[in-house]
Amino acid sequence: MVWINAILQGVLLGGLYALFAAGLSLMFGVMRFINIAHGDFIVTAAYLMVAFVTGWSIHPAVAVVLVLISLTTAGYINQRILLNRVLGKDILPPILVTFGMSIIIQNALLEIFSADSRRLPAGWLETGSITISDAISIGWLPLMMFGAAVAVIGGLQLVFYKTALGRMLRATSDDPEIVPLMGGNNAHIFAVATALASLVVGIAGIFLAMKTNFDPSAGPARLLFAFEAVIIGGLGSLWGTLAGGIILGVAQTLGAQIDAGYQILAGHLVFLALLVVRPRGLFPKM
Amino acid sequence: MTQLLETTNLTAFYGDFQALFGIDVSVQDGECVALIGSNGAGKSTFLRAITGMIPAKGQNVNFGGQNVAGMTADKIHKAGMAMVPEGRRLFPSLSVEENLLIGAAGKRPGPWSLDGVYDLFPDLVAKRHNPGTALSGGQQQMVAIGRALMSNPQLLLCDEISLGLAPKVIKDIYTAVPKIRAGGTAILVVEQDVGQAMAVADRVYCFMEGRVTLSGTPDSLTRAQIAAAYFGSNEDEEAA
Repeated sequence: MVWINAILQGVLLGGLYALFAAGLSLMFGVMRFINIAHGDFIVTAAYLMVAFVTGWSIHPAVAVVLVLISLTTAGYINQRILLNRVLGKDILPPILVTFGMSIIIQNALLEIFSADSRRLPAGWLETGSITISDAISIGWLPLMMFGAAVAVIGGLQLVFYKTALGRMLRATSDDPEIVPLMGGNNAHIFAVATALASLVVGIAGIFLAMKTNFDPSAGPARLLFAFEAVIIGGLGSLWGTLAGGIILGVAQTLGAQIDAGYQILAGHLVFLALLVVRPRGLFPKM
Repeated sequence: MTQLLETTNLTAFYGDFQALFGIDVSVQDGECVALIGSNGAGKSTFLRAITGMIPAKGQNVNFGGQNVAGMTADKIHKAGMAMVPEGRRLFPSLSVEENLLIGAAGKRPGPWSLDGVYDLFPDLVAKRHNPGTALSGGQQQMVAIGRALMSNPQLLLCDEISLGLAPKVIKDIYTAVPKIRAGGTAILVVEQDVGQAMAVADRVYCFMEGRVTLSGTPDSLTRAQIAAAYFGSNEDEEAA
């Protein structure tokens, strides 16, 4: 029974990892862009949420909307005026620039919020759960995170395959050189992709703030989990990213069931094992 | 007829290499013009220069009454120039219909629509939900032409549309040209097949080594003139 419980909790944890990973997957899918500062953007969103709610006493629902609007806008502007300049055939410049941004963001957060770890008080959500049997109960927060992950990935899938915007994003992913000849403006399309990814980053950050204690240096670990989820799932596949997150989450909770110290290690080991067996991931699209 | 496109003394470079040396080409409203010449003569480079794919800043490319030289490719597209690129370049992860709809993203008003394209190329109807790249070469070319038409262009540029296709298929594709012109669209084709170019065009320009060596209406040009303009008239120049 405890093992079933561990698997169940792992699946739900996988939802959070999928949320971490979806934005990364989206940006890589559309423009082969690897954002090393992705985890730091998530942590920034978490801090923003905490600052709005505890610092300025803004109602949480309003704060959620503010965080999402801020992140989306910042994502668009950042891509349009900074990151577009380093996009090209060479993947190294974007990595270097976002690595620099990662350091800048961590230090700025340290300067503004200090090194103390923070958390967003979520009231009954923190402890509330549905009891299924003596050994198994499902927390409301993990359930919400998983639901949000499915909704986000389903929503992105709808945007990509059912709307004109998504069509243009997929066309740009296929052949960015030809898109301007069809009237598409690459600079704008890339910025829209980053804005969408940043919206998901905002959602991930809000859940991170409620789920756990975090500090200014929490970003890189989130980036690592996101990378692992994306690569396990297969590059360019959004549902694959959800599967990757779930596999990572289950591996971690099963590891923790064996010994609390094995949680993170078990996730990395499963990732490495999958990399050996299926180097292109489970559902590669590119 | 009014002037639709006019380049004056157009030059183009790839790095230090000069690919075009002072090209003067014009296209009237509704006209069909062919560019002929051997590989590397500069025909495709000319198309790349006027569509904004390679920089033409500070030069003279008059299109529909404005100088489009130096504008970005998407702005030039919105001004009414649409391209059927060499090698077709369909988007592989998009279906035939989605490829066509991408062409309409600029929302230029005009006569062309999905139905219009399917009327022009009925072969595509049954394949509309297949991936664009799963089609035969000729059908892919039809999609590429349809995709360009969806933007309701004033000028349709076709780069090597018969390259690698069977003669029967080329004939099918060229039967679309009069129907496209009937909608008021002028056409500029780059064509290596001189016979095909002469048959379809009102005027031809022959390119050699980045220069226009001959131009005129098909019936005003002799085979000898064309051969000289195409291959160069003396051996020394060829060797250089």
